[in-house]
Amino acid sequence: MTETAPAPAGAAAAPVVLAADHVTKQFRVAGGKLTAVDDVSVEFREGQVLAVVGESGSGKSTLARMLLRLLPVTSGAVLYRGRDITRIKGADLRRYWHDVQAVFQDPFASFNQFFTVGHMLRRSLQTADLGGETAEQRIERCLGYVGLKPEDAVYKYPHQLSGGQRQRVMITRALLVDPKVLVADEATSMLDASLRVSVLNVLQDLRRDLGLTVLFITHDIGQACYFADQVVVMEHGQVVEHGPTDDVIFNPQHSYTKRLLADVPNLKGSLKSQRLG
Amino acid sequence: MSDTLAPAPDQPKAAGRSALRSLNFTPRFWVSIVLIVLVALFAFVGDMLYPYGSNQRVGSLFDEPTPQHILGTDNFGYDVVALLMASTRNSLYNGLLAGTIATFLGVFIGILAGYIGGWFEEFLMGVTNIVLAIPAIVVLILISVSIQGTNLQFLKGIIGMSLVIGFTSWPWTARSVRAQASSVATREHIDVAKLSGARTFGILLRDVLPYLASYVVMAWVLQVASAILAESTLSMLGLGPSGTASLGVELHWALAFNAVANRAWWAFLPPTAVLTIISFALLYLQSSLDEVFNPRLRRGKKKNLAKAAERRAEAARRLAAEIEAEVAP
Repeated sequence: MTETAPAPAGAAAAPVVLAADHVTKQFRVAGGKLTAVDDVSVEFREGQVLAVVGESGSGKSTLARMLLRLLPVTSGAVLYRGRDITRIKGADLRRYWHDVQAVFQDPFASFNQFFTVGHMLRRSLQTADLGGETAEQRIERCLGYVGLKPEDAVYKYPHQLSGGQRQRVMITRALLVDPKVLVADEATSMLDASLRVSVLNVLQDLRRDLGLTVLFITHDIGQACYFADQVVVMEHGQVVEHGPTDDVIFNPQHSYTKRLLADVPNLKGSLKSQRLG
Repeated sequence: MSDTLAPAPDQPKAAGRSALRSLNFTPRFWVSIVLIVLVALFAFVGDMLYPYGSNQRVGSLFDEPTPQHILGTDNFGYDVVALLMASTRNSLYNGLLAGTIATFLGVFIGILAGYIGGWFEEFLMGVTNIVLAIPAIVVLILISVSIQGTNLQFLKGIIGMSLVIGFTSWPWTARSVRAQASSVATREHIDVAKLSGARTFGILLRDVLPYLASYVVMAWVLQVASAILAESTLSMLGLGPSGTASLGVELHWALAFNAVANRAWWAFLPPTAVLTIISFALLYLQSSLDEVFNPRLRRGKKKNLAKAAERRAEAARRLAAEIEAEVAP
């Protein structure tokens, strides 16, 4: 596994796993149409972390849901390893979800409150290819990735877990089927700061150890900077800037990116000036 | 990272008990349950203990109550108490069967429409609204009249009646279940289930239905009550089941033989009273179930309320003392 820091040259060499090709989504609303995602084309290269940054309503979650095939596209195509998967159904779609998995924003709403964690995890494995492992072994291995032990989680109901544990269980669930791509849709935004870093580190480890391609959707450009190889900045459903993290963060071209960056609290400066003064 | 782990796993099997304890059985709930149990005992156990059968002629037209027949006899000379037991039993059967059919249909159509959405939802709700717009009583009368004209024996009895009522009273349930299901369908755990490879049917059964369960139970209780009343209405008009007893049929014959003018109160008051008790108990149960399931409607036990008030007062005292201590120097 190539474990290099964000290097544009190396990145370009890796094959494209998932791609959105001129994807548009329009919602019918009272009195007309609302274009949530407007003619967006992005590519995800194998083993990379791509962050999609934008404020609320910029269409980044809609884009993620279309890539996951949880929401139909209005026009354009979603390509997985070069194959058009925009309209696949049934067994094909379930096979696609073996390769592309997701973790969602709300660790409370993501659980069916009537099932134990173990029940939910085994449900994910029903159609999976276990490759010689038993379901229990697979669950134990995947819980290990996020630093949980089976006895801490498997027999518990969601309400007996903390927010951070729930989110890590959701990551476990996504990893059970050995996905190639993980879509993390605001996966850290409802966690407190220390848990946020621990979840980011978990994702970083997984990307290194399993060669996972991660699509990281966030409104927090700081997290994107911490974690991503490439950054896509979205505003009003359109991609306004796209490039390697260092270029976008330290040499932003578009005014919207500059504004987003200006909103990041400048820890160093303010603290220092206070202490000196 | 391991510092954020849970400190110690507590007993994994405690969840089942706590789920039952989290339900809030109010006095209202118990009153309605006791009433329902009493009616059921009267209907199902009573006739084993009572010396006269419901098809046993023991007197003549409207015999007055005597110590042997405490509610006298009806227009055909049957013992009213024995008849009342058989009628109540049949009316309960009818209510359960018709209510269950109606609830099942309503939930099935509502949950499909609410979850799948799109043109399918428009279509199902269109059908539902059309059925809703036709006056139910007209449909009931037409179908029950035509059933009486067929050769199918079982349809003429209480079962036929229940089928007719069950298959015509689902639309309200369908509409309200659709509204609930479409709100559950937007929850993230549905997306998670889809990504886990669950099929639509499995998602409906395991991820949507449990969230509607309390509502469905309440709708079912209401359907049972309204089915019993619907059967009584039809039977009283003379469109009910032939050859069997029911509370409505009793009222029908009392009316036909001028029980009111003959001052034979024992012929029409007892079935009316039983009918009232049944529907009161079921409606009361339905409204108490709302409290049982909905934690926000829980009025805590007096003891707990007093304790909470004491705690608040104590906290306020402590805060006041703290502020004082801070202000004093």
